[in-house]
Amino acid sequence: MNLRRLLLSACLGLLSTLATGLPGPAQAQGTIRIGMTAGDIPLTHGQPDQGFEGNRFTGIPLYDSLTMWDLSRADRPSTLIPGLATEWRNDPNDRTRWIFTLRRGVKFHDGSDFNADAVVWNVRKVLDREAPHYDPRQVGLTISRMPTLRRAEKIDEYTVALYTSEPDSLLPINLTNLFMASPAHWERLRASAPNAEAAWNAFAANPSGTGPFRLTRFVPRERVEMVRNENYWGEKARAERIVLLPIPEPNARTAALLSGQVDWIEAPAPDAIPQLRARGMQITSNLQPHVWPWQPCFAEGSPLRDVRVRRALNLAIDREALKQLLGGFMVAPVGTYPADHPWYGNPSFRIRTDKEEARRLLAEAGYGPQRPLNLRVQISTSGSGQMQPLAMNEFLQQDLRPLGVNVEFDVVEWNTLVVNWRQGCTHASARGSNMINVSFAAMDPFFGMIRFWDSHMAPPVSNNWGFFNDPRFDEMSRAVRNAFDPRELDAALARLHAAGVDEALFVWIAHDVAPRAMSPRIRGYVQPQSWFVDLRYPYIQ
Amino acid sequence: MIRYLIRRILYAVPIALAVGFVCFMLVQIAPGDPINAIVPPDAPGDVVEQVRREYGLDKPLPVQFGIWLMKVAQGDLGRSLATGRTVWSDLSTAIGNTLLLAAVAALLGFALGCILGGLAGTFRGSLLDRVAVGTAVAGVSVPHYWLGMVLVVIFSVQLNWLPAMGAGPGGSADWSWDWEQVKHLILPAVTLSVIPMGIVTRTVRGIVAEIMNQEFVVALRGKGLTRRGVFLHVVKNAAPNALAVMGLQLGYLMGGSILVETVFSWPGTGLLLNNAIFQRDLPVLQGTILVLAMFFVALNLVVDLMQTALDPRIRRA
Repeated sequence: MNLRRLLLSACLGLLSTLATGLPGPAQAQGTIRIGMTAGDIPLTHGQPDQGFEGNRFTGIPLYDSLTMWDLSRADRPSTLIPGLATEWRNDPNDRTRWIFTLRRGVKFHDGSDFNADAVVWNVRKVLDREAPHYDPRQVGLTISRMPTLRRAEKIDEYTVALYTSEPDSLLPINLTNLFMASPAHWERLRASAPNAEAAWNAFAANPSGTGPFRLTRFVPRERVEMVRNENYWGEKARAERIVLLPIPEPNARTAALLSGQVDWIEAPAPDAIPQLRARGMQITSNLQPHVWPWQPCFAEGSPLRDVRVRRALNLAIDREALKQLLGGFMVAPVGTYPADHPWYGNPSFRIRTDKEEARRLLAEAGYGPQRPLNLRVQISTSGSGQMQPLAMNEFLQQDLRPLGVNVEFDVVEWNTLVVNWRQGCTHASARGSNMINVSFAAMDPFFGMIRFWDSHMAPPVSNNWGFFNDPRFDEMSRAVRNAFDPRELDAALARLHAAGVDEALFVWIAHDVAPRAMSPRIRGYVQPQSWFVDLRYPYIQ
Repeated sequence: MIRYLIRRILYAVPIALAVGFVCFMLVQIAPGDPINAIVPPDAPGDVVEQVRREYGLDKPLPVQFGIWLMKVAQGDLGRSLATGRTVWSDLSTAIGNTLLLAAVAALLGFALGCILGGLAGTFRGSLLDRVAVGTAVAGVSVPHYWLGMVLVVIFSVQLNWLPAMGAGPGGSADWSWDWEQVKHLILPAVTLSVIPMGIVTRTVRGIVAEIMNQEFVVALRGKGLTRRGVFLHVVKNAAPNALAVMGLQLGYLMGGSILVETVFSWPGTGLLLNNAIFQRDLPVLQGTILVLAMFFVALNLVVDLMQTALDPRIRRA
């Protein structure tokens, strides 16, 4: 009897030990201090600035959107999952109308309910100039990511209809960028603010979303502190508190991690990684839906109008050597999407390193050592997502020279490059460049393909900098927007991507892998194949 | 003196106008677009134009400048394009942080500079003189951002004695004179003090050496004045010139150092300007530069008045 009791208590003890050893779903697990690359705290009013780093740190943790990215897996590309909407469908009688069924029982941090009125209010904040809470500052950050969204209409308490300007199957993807802020909290702040602008400023200092963390302290330009939202509708965060610090200088970030001032830094300088590893830090990375390309100009007289030249450049680059230059922190692309991605398709042209074939194609196009191909590429010295632009471009310049490709650079500052990108290769700002080097995020197919390959997207409308114009691509882009069945949409995107690869519409050079360095005390961290991370998973041991 | 003071204050008005105009034009002439502070790089053209209209950035430049000037005349420096916060709210905090850093750096740099320069000037040609001159030359020659990085590597990364960045465990909002906060100040202040230390050392050395060669010093010695007595006379004669140099240096320090503040993520005016430049955040850039320029003008005025008080021979009409 005593032995049985002893065994029973031993088993219970073992079980409780195991249970505490597992990452408990709602266990307070310390404070994580994160050094961001941003120079300032990304905006906290619900539509963050500072690019996707803003979404990563003050968007997703504080707010939710109707649709969200699955950030729980590292082994496959992030996919769209239900967020504050549990399901959605396009109206077959009116392709510009989408019906979203909302999640019940969700509360904002201030305790007010999330419902259809909140969705309509959040759409109006950026689209309805007559709305009392319309905020011009959020317009640029929001509607550029959802160019066809026009209005929202309440159907019932938990159902809402969203309308687009034209049939657009990509709306659910776009909506990952529309974060839901609390109307009730804003109204309360508005009551004591002189105008809507001041109310939004007060909201930014004291925001209320539905996200897994709620903001507790905001020191402009210096720090943001967030604590776990105990009433979160989904899986609760494991870390008790997150502190975000803007540290734009890479060496300062590294020093801050090594001296124990922070537990996690974004984008450590590649040359600091051996030292970080030697001091026991974890270096994490994963493929990102990011492309670091040279985008060709298709205007009259450009040598890049010849597909053989574009293919040759894609084959000529020694991406393995480039990877070594970057300390291993890149992935060699085979297109805008990796080969295992549902949108990769089945291109007949395989992007790889094959210098002989490149030489042959160049010769066929009339170029070689006797008659070199002279290219001018507009590049930046730094910039969001630009990785190490000077070192990488100089490497490419050297790598291509033996093939009779002379590359000359027009180096401008990042802000200038972005302006020039919107003006096209025929504009004076291109200064005769045949290509431009602007990296981009590709998880939304509009931003990954359509805006470059649809002739209607030529400047000043969007980023078809090279004025690429092929009716086949316009038709394929239209087909994408009209494919409302998920499988049909994947197939349409795969067709578009495969055609883009076959035509070598970019010189695909690298995918970033978003290196991060973190203290060995951080556990549970998942780095998904995404620009974002889910801060609910990591905790401090 | 009062008339002189009023006149000097009035001089500041055209200086402010000129600084504001030059700053505005420089930012406009530079390539890039302030709209990039508000919209993402991949924003479609129509969104860019819509936001440009919302912010009044589509208006002609003279109109934009006029609107800004009118607001400034009413004490409104505007709002940051990037954050929407008032320029003054960010600037006032940043100025406070920079003043703190500058004051400590000035104290260190000026004290060391006066001591080293005084000793070197008094004992010219000695080993002490050579050491002081060597230190001064090193101080003005070593790039301070490089020195900052080296200090961080030694004292933060290797020895783990001092923090590498920031203005305190809770940020500058929690500032108090306790060790946890003060230790954040040490490395940036030492880094920032090196250049003024070098300049003040060289200046004081030159002045002291010149005064020591003057006949009145020989006369003072001949009259049997003690070493301390002679020293006091030398100090009094050297002070006005040294003060002028220190005033200028203090102005530079208070203007904030973009490089040092960026290396240490010190939330002062330098870091504020750095971010504003890269984002083309026009209101922040213009407001910050205007206030700093006025600060410089005011500081020069104070130094002039102090010089007059110390040396009545410097008369102000």
